[in-house]
Amino acid sequence: MMIEQNPMDERRKGSAPLDETRLRQRAIGVKLRQMFDEVVNEPVPDEFLDILRKADDKTGDR
Amino acid sequence: MAAVQDERHAAMTDRERDAIFQRELVKLIPHLRAFARTLTGDATQADDLAQDAMIKAWDARKSFQLGTNMKAWTFMILRNQFYSDKRRSWRQIQLDQEAAERTLVAVDDPEAPVALDELRLAMAMLPDEQREALILVGAGGFAYEEAADICGCAVGTVKSRVSRARKALHGILEAGDYDRDGGSAGDAMRSILADAERLSAAR
Repeated sequence: MMIEQNPMDERRKGSAPLDETRLRQRAIGVKLRQMFDEVVNEPVPDEFLDILRKADDKTGDR
Repeated sequence: MAAVQDERHAAMTDRERDAIFQRELVKLIPHLRAFARTLTGDATQADDLAQDAMIKAWDARKSFQLGTNMKAWTFMILRNQFYSDKRRSWRQIQLDQEAAERTLVAVDDPEAPVALDELRLAMAMLPDEQREALILVGAGGFAYEEAADICGCAVGTVKSRVSRARKALHGILEAGDYDRDGGSAGDAMRSILADAERLSAAR
């Protein structure tokens, strides 16, 4: 792969290796967001709302 | 605008204020779960953490100023809870191991989408600070300044953590250097590239 490239080569070939790295970074970024959004889009387990409801009742009693 | 809002909020009864707070908090639950999942790397542990953070936020609601950034505020609570749990837990190493085993079992599922799990494993190899910075900025939709507030560090620190995390992730995926046997080097990166292309084409 393009790991062993010296600066001269890079200059001669333009910014191709840099673009390649950027492309890969962007792809990782897209997947990262997908991974996060996947959980965001999961239905919230009932437990969460139950806890809040109980907390709310306690407040109401006061 | 903010001043008008403050006045309006000031005129509210505690009851009304609590109702608004709760409505906003409910909207944030999916985001808290996602953040917790990336911090712990384990769905069960993550939901425990997110619930604890939600209770903490509710108990501290009086100290929150309505109209300010509640997402950042709750993320900060969750993050602090994560680190204090980690410090307190004597069984942490064991738990980490169990969580890793569960993750690996999930990865063995032939139906599981490969690249996503490899990214998950690679993420788990990052130091906590780098992982949280990358998630906040790269997926959570926070500006560097907000992420710095959440993590209680300087903006420059967040920037360098994000950049180091990106570089490390790239390196891990490129080398296929995650904790998993089988799967040749470069496969993960190839499938991530293919998936990302498919995803952006679908948009």
